Amino acid sequence: MKATVLVRPKQGILDPQGDAVEHSLRKLGFDVSTVRVGRVIDLELEGDDEERARAEVRRMCEALLANPLIESFDVRLESS
Amino acid sequence: MSGRPVVAVVVFPGSNDDRDAAWALGAVGAEPVFVWHEDDRLPAGTGGVVLPGGFSYGDYLRTGAIASLSPAMGAVRQFAEDGGPVLGICNGFQILCESRLLPGVLRPNRQLEFVCRDATAVVENAETIFTRRCTLGQELVIPIKHGEGAWYADQGTYVQLAARGQIVLRYAEDVNGSFAQVAGIVNAAGNVMGLMPHPEHAVDTLLGSADGALLLAALVDAAAEHVALALV
Repeated sequence: MKATVLVRPKQGILDPQGDAVEHSLRKLGFDVSTVRVGRVIDLELEGDDEERARAEVRRMCEALLANPLIESFDVRLESS
Repeated sequence: MSGRPVVAVVVFPGSNDDRDAAWALGAVGAEPVFVWHEDDRLPAGTGGVVLPGGFSYGDYLRTGAIASLSPAMGAVRQFAEDGGPVLGICNGFQILCESRLLPGVLRPNRQLEFVCRDATAVVENAETIFTRRCTLGQELVIPIKHGEGAWYADQGTYVQLAARGQIVLRYAEDVNGSFAQVAGIVNAAGNVMGLMPHPEHAVDTLLGSADGALLLAALVDAAAEHVALALV
């Protein structure tokens, strides 16, 4: 089973990296109002039990992959 | 037994202020001992711990996140729970936050630039074991050098910390977008402190300032007391 974790700065949290990217995109002439920069983490897991995998990856997020004070996360699963 | 209390300096891969910290601790009366991140215990008789500055584990994932899971941090957590004084400097502060030994988190500087200069930090609480050689309102000139030093906590947490005197140092001016210009905080029990400024780089007036020595010498006092307490 493959899992993809999307980690994003929480709403309302200042994201200076996103702001800098937004400025640069504007400089290039793109019409963009907000940019937020996060992180993608790809995982490969043993087994095919989707429910179990989802719970396991959520635990990984809470223990290490995201900092709940400032980041939110989404878990996406697909069978490999 | 020597009169100098042992202060452990934990060395992570990527620490780079460990030697400066050890030198400065020696200069203010401690017996500094390096502890490798893979060690799961502190030297016998350890009276205090310093988590030094640097870029542990290359700042991978989030600053301090990987280091917070190292065996040495397990020992530091136990030491802190037993009331031992722990001081985290810069990356050490980041590690303490990621370990949840201190509230909040350090985020990239608002200006997205590495800042490296002397900063003035005002003592907001002179009654902690780390600041009792200072006076309330004293302005300490201590270098800062970090890319991710903007401390953040939600408003509710901040208000609670401020009410309890846990905001120990505050920048005199906004240097990095840190919430309420916070430069250093202490835990509720008062024995774990983290700060972004580098006291180990300010222990001799020849190098511009000796204000950092006030904090380190106070840590050494606390380490001596912790050792004496353990012997009772």
